[in-house]
Amino acid sequence: MIKVIEFAFRLRTIWAVFLALFVGGIMIAAAGHNPFTAYGALFHGAFIDYYGLGATLVKMSPILLAGLAVIIPLRAGLFNIGGEGQIYMGALCSTGVALYVTGLPDLAHFALVIVAGCIGGGLWALIPAILKAYRGINEVIVTILMNYVAINLVSYFVSGPMMQEGAPYPYSPEIDDHLFLSWIMPGTDVHTGIIMGLLLSFTFWFILKYSSVGIGWSTVGHNPVAAKYAGINVKRQILISMFVGGAVAGLAGTIEVIGLKYRLFHLFSPGYGYDGIVVAFLAGLNPIFLPFATLFLSGLKAGANVMQRAIGLESTIIEAIQGLVIIFTAASLALKFNKPFWERFLNRKEAPSTVKGDSKNV
Amino acid sequence: MNAFVSLKGITKKYGDFTALNNVNIELGDGRIHAVMGENGAGKTTLMNIIYGLDQPTSGEVWVNNTPVKMSSPKDALHLGIGMIHQHFMLVDTLTVAENIVLGLEGQGMSLDLKTHEAKIAVLSEEYGLNVDPKAEIWTLSMGMRQRVEIVKALYRDVKLLILDEPTSVLTPTEVGTFLDGLERLKARGKSVAFITHKLDEVMAVADDITVMRHGAVTQSTPTADITKNELAASMMGADFAGDLGKSNKAMGDVLLSIEGVSVVGEKGNLTLNNVSLNVKAGEILGVAGVDGNGQDELADAISGMAEIDKGEIYLSGVPVSSVSVKDRRQKHQLGYVPADRHGTAVVMNYSVAMNGALRDYSNAPYSKYGIMQNGTIRDVAESWVEDYDIRLHSVDQEIRFLSGGNQQKLVFAREIESGPEIFMVVQPCKGLDIGAINTVQQNVLALKEAGKAVLYISTELEHILAVADRVAVMCEGQVTGIIKPEEASGERMGLLMAGVREDAS
Repeated sequence: MIKVIEFAFRLRTIWAVFLALFVGGIMIAAAGHNPFTAYGALFHGAFIDYYGLGATLVKMSPILLAGLAVIIPLRAGLFNIGGEGQIYMGALCSTGVALYVTGLPDLAHFALVIVAGCIGGGLWALIPAILKAYRGINEVIVTILMNYVAINLVSYFVSGPMMQEGAPYPYSPEIDDHLFLSWIMPGTDVHTGIIMGLLLSFTFWFILKYSSVGIGWSTVGHNPVAAKYAGINVKRQILISMFVGGAVAGLAGTIEVIGLKYRLFHLFSPGYGYDGIVVAFLAGLNPIFLPFATLFLSGLKAGANVMQRAIGLESTIIEAIQGLVIIFTAASLALKFNKPFWERFLNRKEAPSTVKGDSKNV
Repeated sequence: MNAFVSLKGITKKYGDFTALNNVNIELGDGRIHAVMGENGAGKTTLMNIIYGLDQPTSGEVWVNNTPVKMSSPKDALHLGIGMIHQHFMLVDTLTVAENIVLGLEGQGMSLDLKTHEAKIAVLSEEYGLNVDPKAEIWTLSMGMRQRVEIVKALYRDVKLLILDEPTSVLTPTEVGTFLDGLERLKARGKSVAFITHKLDEVMAVADDITVMRHGAVTQSTPTADITKNELAASMMGADFAGDLGKSNKAMGDVLLSIEGVSVVGEKGNLTLNNVSLNVKAGEILGVAGVDGNGQDELADAISGMAEIDKGEIYLSGVPVSSVSVKDRRQKHQLGYVPADRHGTAVVMNYSVAMNGALRDYSNAPYSKYGIMQNGTIRDVAESWVEDYDIRLHSVDQEIRFLSGGNQQKLVFAREIESGPEIFMVVQPCKGLDIGAINTVQQNVLALKEAGKAVLYISTELEHILAVADRVAVMCEGQVTGIIKPEEASGERMGLLMAGVREDAS
């Protein structure tokens, strides 16, 4: 029985999501619509409809990578709020290589573009990591502030040195089509970026759970003093985990350019870096659950417009529901499973006369 | 009865633990009263009760010949009792005057800081404390901050000032000024009670001395009636635990050598001051001393957790001051059981098995090609559970569910099984019951038998004396003497621990 309760407790983010949808349903009802019809339209539009699913998966690709960019450094105890900035810097570097490095074989050029994106995001994340490791400066604040720097750097480049001649809007020239990621769902924009995201989620799940690198990071995250005592170079691990996180975010920016937009736009990311934080927590910071969490959030985003068209309910209500999902999940993650309480509770209900010794603290 | 504050039969229990047992003490009457005792003797608990931070389980506090009930420091302040903690309670970014006025009652809607500043200046002048009311706290030295705390209490018109280890944060020159300050307070009719370990200070300024051991008053006397040596003996108690059956096997080469090591602490003082020690193969060198006299810094210096500023440390003859923690432990075979079990030795949220592997987790057999070998990790841990009698349900249990003694057994297993030549243990018996202490001591003796060099750092003297071949005593970052356990009388140890140097033998 205690096992069942504990298992139910482990699924608490799922209950939190249901709770958020329930409260959202009340809001929809208050707005004068049938919640079931609204949710029906939303989820049909997001997951069942072929083109709707395509739209969901297109949004999912960068958010999935941005989620990994949060989970990886957080293993080592670093809260990377800078995914957004790292996405922009990754896109800037990869577009730069895509446009200005010429004369390479196609495949080598493609590889170089990918690597450039990763290095761009990684180096951008390395700055707060260095400040954290060697000066003890809070990485949350530095990464947030550096987002604005990165966004505006991209704005500068695409409205200045990298701007397409005669463009009505700040964007770069189009990249060469040998760099394009291939489509995987005919008739939609879904590209191989989603496959990269899924593979990387699995890879990092394995690394974090089974490799000595992952154990090193999680020791640093749990207890830096014990990590130092165990012989881990704590400062170096802070730098490495943050660089890897930034590199993955940089890849998210890269696939937006080479998979979807084919050029670098001013303000091209509508906050995918921040969505990454949401899905990371929704997944309980476990990369293996991350694709599911990301699929759900991307579906909410993609389905919102379908719902608006279908039943005329403002899509802004979905933003409110997203907010509720975040609040309820965050609250559920703060709960700790109180095993002794439930044991006592069960004992009292089942057999009040039998006294079980507290055999745990032997 | 005319003492300002008198405690009558104060007993304080925390669960089963008796922190204070029927304590009677009188403070006040314009005298300086020193409360002495080892760590954990109950001095701070006693002062907290007088200041209203803690309530006694039984017994009464009398102030001005009336029994009182104090539920907070506010009540104590109303009665004219002020306390200055070891860690100052000042806001760094505010000025002296702002800090002093902070929390002062009866200020109304507006604050007339100018008037307060003038009054503070006059008050500090009167007591010769020389405090600038306009200075911001972060710009001041520790000694000056302490004076701000004193002025803060005086500004509330206290009659009795309690100071918890006031000199522990001060540099030696500041200590002299501080003691003069106490004399001036006394000359103006204030009473002082201060907690300390330091004999010289007590002999210099105190009028009365109370010595505490294990929560009870063992001696209470005017300073004039006691000598420094008697006081030292009284603090330590006479009874030392017996020998645990050490062998007199021949010792080998020097394996651990510390030469002239100095470390500059955060406050700019020397936390280690020219420390030199040698430990031979098959020898246990104890390091005794009151907590906070450089033992932690010594352990950090040897393990590589902190850098040293002067001198050199040799592990098996190799200088290691620029060698990483990892290499010291793996290449130079240093085993280390740190003092802070929960904070340093283990990761509380990891399983017992993983904690067992923590020291060498990135090496074979615990990991191969970068992949953790969880099966091997469990097997190794299970064999240790057997060999070291670690009581648990499963090695997959998180280690935080184990008792302290069983956690310590795992730490010892991990460090011993890694095959060290040099072994350092710090406070290994802290918080353990008798059975677990015995296991720890036997482990340490077994290491000596096996010809390892053991450095045993502890504040619990009886534990050191039971196993050590020699005992080095530390005070204020220096080694004040190295003696043999059989020569360690309470008086002699007390003097050494209080900083009275002998020629190192």
